[in-house]
Order: sequence, then structure tokens, then C-alpha cells
Amino acid sequence: MPTTMGMGGTTEMAVGLSHYLAISSILLVLGVVGIFLNRKNVIVILMSVELILLAVNLNLVAFSARLDDLAGQVFALFVLTVAAAEASIGLAIIVIYFRNRGSIEVEDISTLRG
Amino acid sequence: MITTLAFYAFAFVLIASATMVVTARNPVHSVLFLILAFFNAAALMLIAGAEFLAMILVIVYVGAVAVLFLFVVMMLDIDFARMREGFQKYLPIGGIVGFILLLELALVVSTWTTASEATDLRLAPNPGGGVTNTEALGAILYTDYVYLFQLSGLVLLVAMIGAIVLTHRQRPGTKRQNVAAQIARTGSISMERPPVGAGIAELGIRRPPLPEAPKPKQVAHADDHGHGGHH
Repeated sequence: MPTTMGMGGTTEMAVGLSHYLAISSILLVLGVVGIFLNRKNVIVILMSVELILLAVNLNLVAFSARLDDLAGQVFALFVLTVAAAEASIGLAIIVIYFRNRGSIEVEDISTLRG
Repeated sequence: MITTLAFYAFAFVLIASATMVVTARNPVHSVLFLILAFFNAAALMLIAGAEFLAMILVIVYVGAVAVLFLFVVMMLDIDFARMREGFQKYLPIGGIVGFILLLELALVVSTWTTASEATDLRLAPNPGGGVTNTEALGAILYTDYVYLFQLSGLVLLVAMIGAIVLTHRQRPGTKRQNVAAQIARTGSISMERPPVGAGIAELGIRRPPLPEAPKPKQVAHADDHGHGGHH
């Protein structure tokens, strides 16, 4: 077991919490930068959003392990659900958009601009 | 010691593959690096002790979401070269925003402390002992968080219906059941009372009359060379 019960109820993690926070911070920044860099490709933007949600999940799991509280893992499970739903709807929108316009560039997506 | 080493190895591969996701030229490569990133994140969750969530991450993300991305990337006929056009242009602003964000996150992480009463405020403390992570998670997921569980099922249902409604289209040339025409068909069948004991054999099988065939178009004969029936 990577975690052992401490005296105060919280656990002593095998790897410190700050390491997890650093990793998930870098992951979140990479996701945000990915949205900026791939301004043309909506699919890569969706992948960047998935990276951001993965960073959130990693954060929740790290804090859950630190406090020995399972509520964080339950919340991460729901974040996972919403991420899956978001990916399916987003990809469906991309598919019908490509079918109608023949392009998925972000600059072209201005149909709803009044 | 070995755990720490494994953590750093998985973390390094996670960050490297996440970098490749956003910088790869080919979106197919991006998806494959995304799968690698998910696997390494699952390993990090395993090190943190969240076994169930790690397995769910592999199954749901790698098995479903990443494959969905791969489908869409390969299905759409995209000009990948044109997709790269704004990359250099947006590199400075993206780098600046990312750097500022990283700096702020570093400030937050370095100055943050745990509240002294944090252990008393836990919502669902880990039972510990011989209870596995999956068992403990199931014990609270189906009792304390059952409404949220149902709500997440509803979210998935709405996503499924939405994806089907969005991408469904009626192709020309396929045969479909016309429910309205079937229900609106009246007057062709009458109720019969078959003789008792003899049954339907006495009456013979009644079939609804065939719809009237459209009358053949009257061909106009301008030159009357005498083969028609109207003489």
C-alpha cells in the first residue's frame, strides 16, 4: 500500500502532496497554452480541455489521498463523467459542422455572430 | 524509494506527452500522445492510492474518449498543413499567458497551508483497515452520493441523445416506415363476423384493396397514324 495511516487521521503519502500539485499545475498550463497555440484546430482544442480536466482530477485525487477523504475521489468520478459527455457532444458538433461547411477552423465558425 | 522513482518517471512521461499533445503536427499523433498521457496519469493515481479511479481512467478515457477522438480525426478529411498556420503567430501570447498562469499557481502552491481542523471536516473518511479502495468508494457512492450518481447517469443520457440527434441524418433512397400513413389508412378493412365453427375459411381471406395505381400518362399523339384505341 502506498499510503499508511498516520496518527492524526490523515495519511502519510509515499510522494508528497506538493509534487502532485506541481505536476497538475504544469498539466493545466500545458492545456491552456494548447488552446492558444492550436487556434485553427478545434479537435486539438478539445484535447487541451481534456488535459485541463485531467489536471483537475489529479489534483482532486492527490488531496483525497492526503486527507484520506473519499469524497474527493467521488468528485473526480463525476468530473470524469462530465468530461466524457463533453467530449462526445463536442465531437458530434465538430462532425456536423464539418459536414455542413467542410472546414473546422475556428476562424470560420462565426455562423452565430449576429 | 522505488515509489518515488516511479512517480518521477511517470510524471516526466506525463508532462512530455502532454507537451506533444499540444505541439504535434499531426492530430493523430496528438491523440496517441493523449492516450499515453492518460496511462501515465492513471499510474500517478495508482501511486496516490486511488486504484478504482485509475482503472476507470484507463477504461473510460483510453477505451472510449480517446478512441472517439481518433475516429473523428481519421473520419474528417482535414488539411493538416493549414491547421498549423497560426502556430508561430500565437506562440508569444500563449507563452506569456502560460508563464503568468504557472507563476500564479506556483505562488498559490508555495504559500498554501492545511487548516488545522481539516481532518475533522472530512466528508467521507477512508474506513482504512482491510477495506479496499473500490469497496470503500462503492459504499459511499451508492448511499451518501446516490443522487449525484443518478445525476451523472442523466448527464450521460443527455449526452448520448444529444450526440445521436446532432449527427443523425436521413439519407435519400432508404426505405423507412411511414407511421402517419399507416395510421391514417381508413375505409379499406371492414369488420366481419365469421360463422361460428367455420371460422375465416368460410369467408375467405380478405385483403385490403391495393392502392390505386397512378394512371399512365396520356400520351398526346400529334400525328394520327392509327394505332390507338380511340377510333
